[in-house]
Amino acid sequence: MQLTYTAKQQAFRAEVRAWLKANVPSQPLASYDTREGFEEHRAWEGKLYESRLSMVMWPEHLGGRGCDLIEWLIFEEEYYAAGAPMRVNQNGQLLLGPTLMEFGTEEQKRHFLPRIASSEDMWAQGWSEPNAGSDMAAIRSKALREGDEYVINGQKTWSTRAIFADWIFGLFRTDPQSSRHHGLSYLLVPLNSPGVTVRPIKALNGKDAFAEVFFDDVRVPVGNRIGGDGQGWHVAMATAGFERGLLLRSPARFQQTAKRLVDLYKAHPEVAERDPGLRDAVIESWMGAEAYAHSAYHTVGLVEKGAKIGAEASINKIVWSELDLKMHETAMRILGPYGELNGYAPEAVEHGNWLEGFLFAQAGPIYAGTNEIQRNIIAERMLGLPKA
Amino acid sequence: MDFTFTEDQLAFREAISRFLMTEAPPEMLREIWDTDDGRSPELRSKMAAQGLTALSVPEALGGLGMDDVAWALMTQELGYYAIADSMADTAYVATGLLSALPEATPRRDEMLSKIAEGDARFAVGHPVNPLVADVHLADVILLEHNGEIHSVRRESIGFERNPSIDSSRRLSRITFSPSDETRIVDAAQGQAIWNQTLNRGALAVAGQSIGLAQRMLDLSIDYVVQRKQFGKPIGSFQAVKHHLAQVAEKIEFAKPVLYRAAHALAQGEANVDLHVSHAKLACCEAAWLAARHGIQVHGAMGYTWEVDLQMFMKRAWALDSSWGDRAFHKSRVATAVLADGAPIGPQFTFGE
Repeated sequence: MQLTYTAKQQAFRAEVRAWLKANVPSQPLASYDTREGFEEHRAWEGKLYESRLSMVMWPEHLGGRGCDLIEWLIFEEEYYAAGAPMRVNQNGQLLLGPTLMEFGTEEQKRHFLPRIASSEDMWAQGWSEPNAGSDMAAIRSKALREGDEYVINGQKTWSTRAIFADWIFGLFRTDPQSSRHHGLSYLLVPLNSPGVTVRPIKALNGKDAFAEVFFDDVRVPVGNRIGGDGQGWHVAMATAGFERGLLLRSPARFQQTAKRLVDLYKAHPEVAERDPGLRDAVIESWMGAEAYAHSAYHTVGLVEKGAKIGAEASINKIVWSELDLKMHETAMRILGPYGELNGYAPEAVEHGNWLEGFLFAQAGPIYAGTNEIQRNIIAERMLGLPKA
Repeated sequence: MDFTFTEDQLAFREAISRFLMTEAPPEMLREIWDTDDGRSPELRSKMAAQGLTALSVPEALGGLGMDDVAWALMTQELGYYAIADSMADTAYVATGLLSALPEATPRRDEMLSKIAEGDARFAVGHPVNPLVADVHLADVILLEHNGEIHSVRRESIGFERNPSIDSSRRLSRITFSPSDETRIVDAAQGQAIWNQTLNRGALAVAGQSIGLAQRMLDLSIDYVVQRKQFGKPIGSFQAVKHHLAQVAEKIEFAKPVLYRAAHALAQGEANVDLHVSHAKLACCEAAWLAARHGIQVHGAMGYTWEVDLQMFMKRAWALDSSWGDRAFHKSRVATAVLADGAPIGPQFTFGE
């Protein structure tokens, strides 16, 4: 155990900090759940990419700078501490990207990955269907082979920001005789293809945060398939693992929220006096975020020594989603009658950021595999309990 | 930056675990705990022969010279096998205290050598614990008086036993008369050593609590896999699965906090109190949840004296308030985190 950073790591931290100080917009960008905000965030991603800071862990020839996992944690710490904009292309960068790295052909990698790093291509995900939510193997959307193309028919739903995005990745049934997790393939589809219809779904915050996507005889080349025909479930599960795991929600994000919560608590001593239980909620939030950071460094250390992340990824997902809820619930308790005010209300606190975060936190235990599904995974794969 | 253990540390832990599995099974512990003194000299000398009592005694005095980081693994094994307080108090807490004494302190080296050889039982009386564990067989008792450190023999003090619901515990109220003869270190030097001793005691409990939590989880898994209702193992029911998954979550996320605190204590970091209190709270919370959910999935069997779960639950419940209760540790965390200019936020995990 050796808990100091190398000179190289410290230099990297200093570089990132200086860059962010010079470049983070002084005014918050518009919400990325609006078209205007989406494009503002895309431009910000482009700026990060110009300095090779959008995907620091990716190899240089694919648009990154070849950082190790510790340097990635350092980047995240500086990024969230600087109050930099939310990352708008996480579907592409953190879900599709790692899948392409592992299963993509050299040609696919060289074509797609730099465009994802720069956010020239913005990605939506196509997992869920109206009758395939937690039970993802119930997918029915079909992609039938015709020569060098697949012809896609069906419907996907809950695709985050799909009305603004350029591409969608997802699972489609390429063997019409198959059932459950057999006969599925992982395909990449341009959202401007003839036959694609994207219909927005208004989310809890009143914005078009997600969408349903309809496919009517949509044709994509066979080269848009990642992994083998019928291997989609295996390929997608690897992505699902990344999503639940560390990469999607680094500890820094929650440590920054915990710090803001401590500041909020200290700024409202009169509420603290009326509700003495708040102190516990605030320090438990700090402890939870800190524990996640410790866990991340420990896991990263094990991974650097060759360990594989398995069902532990499910624990991460449960912990950060429940922590995020708890922190925002605590903030709402502190804000009292001001908590409900929209960001544009004259008396809104912190541009309504706590409210926005509180609403989004409600989704945490649901998306990326509900926490109930995660607990089944932990029980069956980590603890060895029998399947139902 | 490497927040993991060395191969050596992990191998030593594994060896101790295998040893305790065969030498300290629950049925033997029950017999030992049933006796008045509740301790077995045979088991104790076997553990000493494995090197447990020599673990952190300096090498020059016949020990292995390992530090708090190694103990963060070893205390988990002591917890997992419900080894009574005297072992952690002597081999870890008292040894840490004695090692921190100025080298010229009378009998310091002699006491440490004796611990390494496995020939001495020590009890430690810190004011955070109103009752002292394992005084009844202790050769030497280290006591606090106004910041001073006093070393007394059992024969020279008064003690009244206070039985605990946890059959492994032997607690006593102590009365003693501090004097120039009993004092080994004055308050000027003693205060810092006592603070460090409190942190070490709390970490010993934190590590044991994780071990206890893991044991209760393992016992519960065994039970729900074999117990059948409605024609299938109850472990196949989602409600039961989720009880145990939640315990696994708490354990996995408490361990790194324990390791971070152990490192802070070993290195004498400035914010060690904060790390130790965080670890104590997180580990004890895991143990309490393991007890609550453990008894729930055991059904009525969990409420019996006969099923082993109770041995581990009671230790978990008892240790929660040992070496600082929750109020104590929460207030230390709050003081540090809510202080003006406190170094909190993403860059401060290991940095700055």
